[in-house]
Amino acid sequence: MASVEVRNLSRSFGTFKALDDVSISFEDGGFYALLGPSGSGKTTLLRLIAGFGYPDQGHIAIGGESVERVPLEKRNIGMVFQSYALFPNMNVFDNIAFGLDVRGVPREDAAREVRRALELVQLSELETRRPHQLSGGQRQRVALARAIVINPRVLLLDEPLGALDKALRLDMQVELKRIQREVGITTIFVTHDQEEALTMSDRIGILRAGQLVEEGAPEDIYRRPKTRFAATFLGEANIFEGIWTDGRLRLADGTLLETAPGAGRGATGEPGCCLIRPEQVRIAGENDGGTGNRLEGRITRRLFAGNWTTVFVDYQGKTIRVGQANTDFLKLEDGSKVTLAFSGSNTIPLQS
Amino acid sequence: MNGNSTLAAHRSQGMKAAQLLFPAYLWLVLAVFLPLSAMVFFSFVTEMPFTGKPWSMTVANYAAFFTTGIYAKLLLSSLRLAFEVTFWCVVLGFPAAYVLAKVLKGRSREAIFLLVILPFWSNGLVRVFSWAMVLRSGGILDTLLNAVLPFKVDIDLIYSYPAVIIGLVHSYVPYIVLTCYLSLQAIDDSVIEAARSLGASRFTVLRRLIIPLSLPGIVAGAVLVFVPVIGSFMEPRILGGRTGTFYGTVIEDQFVAVFNWPLGAALSFILLAVVLFILAAASPVMRRSA
Repeated sequence: MASVEVRNLSRSFGTFKALDDVSISFEDGGFYALLGPSGSGKTTLLRLIAGFGYPDQGHIAIGGESVERVPLEKRNIGMVFQSYALFPNMNVFDNIAFGLDVRGVPREDAAREVRRALELVQLSELETRRPHQLSGGQRQRVALARAIVINPRVLLLDEPLGALDKALRLDMQVELKRIQREVGITTIFVTHDQEEALTMSDRIGILRAGQLVEEGAPEDIYRRPKTRFAATFLGEANIFEGIWTDGRLRLADGTLLETAPGAGRGATGEPGCCLIRPEQVRIAGENDGGTGNRLEGRITRRLFAGNWTTVFVDYQGKTIRVGQANTDFLKLEDGSKVTLAFSGSNTIPLQS
Repeated sequence: MNGNSTLAAHRSQGMKAAQLLFPAYLWLVLAVFLPLSAMVFFSFVTEMPFTGKPWSMTVANYAAFFTTGIYAKLLLSSLRLAFEVTFWCVVLGFPAAYVLAKVLKGRSREAIFLLVILPFWSNGLVRVFSWAMVLRSGGILDTLLNAVLPFKVDIDLIYSYPAVIIGLVHSYVPYIVLTCYLSLQAIDDSVIEAARSLGASRFTVLRRLIIPLSLPGIVAGAVLVFVPVIGSFMEPRILGGRTGTFYGTVIEDQFVAVFNWPLGAALSFILLAVVLFILAAASPVMRRSA
């Protein structure tokens, strides 16, 4: 187990810059998610840490030891692939024992380790099965056991839940998190699923076009993102555009929005934008005075999703989403005029 | 009602299938079964019928194989030749298939593939005579080497066992390349990457994953090479000269030179029996790897 340090990493494929000067550190024992749309460089970053190919520039250190010239089979890294990549010619036991075998671990010791790994992933009774006889979730567990059993310094997961259906994916999220806690291994996890990143990781790094846009704890990135990309990529977002006026944002109709202090605030006269999450917006009653930001709008559509209702409100031709657990929203009528209220401290200035 | 209509549907489907199968099977019966039965018949007669000479039924043609010993000896050397050619085809063809399937991409793969397929597009006789020109003393290889090397070399491989091997390997290596290519192509790259990330060297990956996973292709290709090489006669005759007497050339002699068709037919069926026996013996291996 070890920390991973990435500094100024760049990698191009032809003219395509897959990674462009990325620096990020992963602390010992943490669970990190690398989140980004496809082509953002998250998988390239993971593969460079694993040792599939070498960076054009930059440094990678695992446990303080520089590894960028160490071949992959010497890096002692556990990797789980999206396709699981189980060895089809070996049964479950031999699949998991493979890494110990090539390390020359004696048979009895290897068998004990394999059984322990099988117990950890709760597959003890399936050790003689072949990969093609397993379900998707079981293959996933075998791949995980195979990666963990070699006692790697770092565990790398490349969209490990991408091939599973929704219900199984939720189970495996919990399961993966439990196993990671139990083993206490530094884990880096690539995903394009923002919900997965939010629920599972201690820290999230968001990538776009080969660059690290933002990095931080899930709550911080969700509540107080610094960039417009992070705000819209992680969760639902209402974005207002305008001109900065003494720390307030002047919208096109002249309304001034109070905003929370932050680096996203521009100097007076500069164009800018700010974020308000749907669940931070209230629909204010008629005699509800209140402070903070208030906007008049008209309801266009309501979306009931069981435990959650989203109301779409048209404000000056722009759709604002209001989300509440409150089903009273359903009583509102489409086309009726409403006042939206949200506090300035939840209105986050963004760098674009 | 319902049952009747499904029955009718089944029947009309059967009719359609029969219509589609009929031409092919008619052709197979005419082109394979009839001549082959004629050959079975010929192998049991003393003289060819319809030539005016008196003839009768006999098993002497088969007995000749077991009494003279020369035929059995030739069959053994043909088997050895087939094993050696198959071995060299695998040794040369498998790495080529690996590079084609796993290393090259796009246009360069197409170009190299073309070079592999090219022998298929040229006439076998032309290929063999080209080799004869290359391998003989004062031939192309000889002249080229002497033009480059400071000392005198004399390459005179023509009419030798190695020449036969070279010619046959050249003719048959594409089969191995193609079958191995298909089975290597089916191996997921991430499986190889997973093995490497678990600490396996390239050699371990080859030994424990790539070869076992591509075994069906290797075995299928080996069978495709082995079977025709046992009975081959053209390459041994043209490239082997006096040393090129094998079971296949002897059979050919019976038909085109000695005109002893009955003996030729009998020897052919003994070869067929031996080939079938070898394939049957190898079938457990083939089934396990498939």
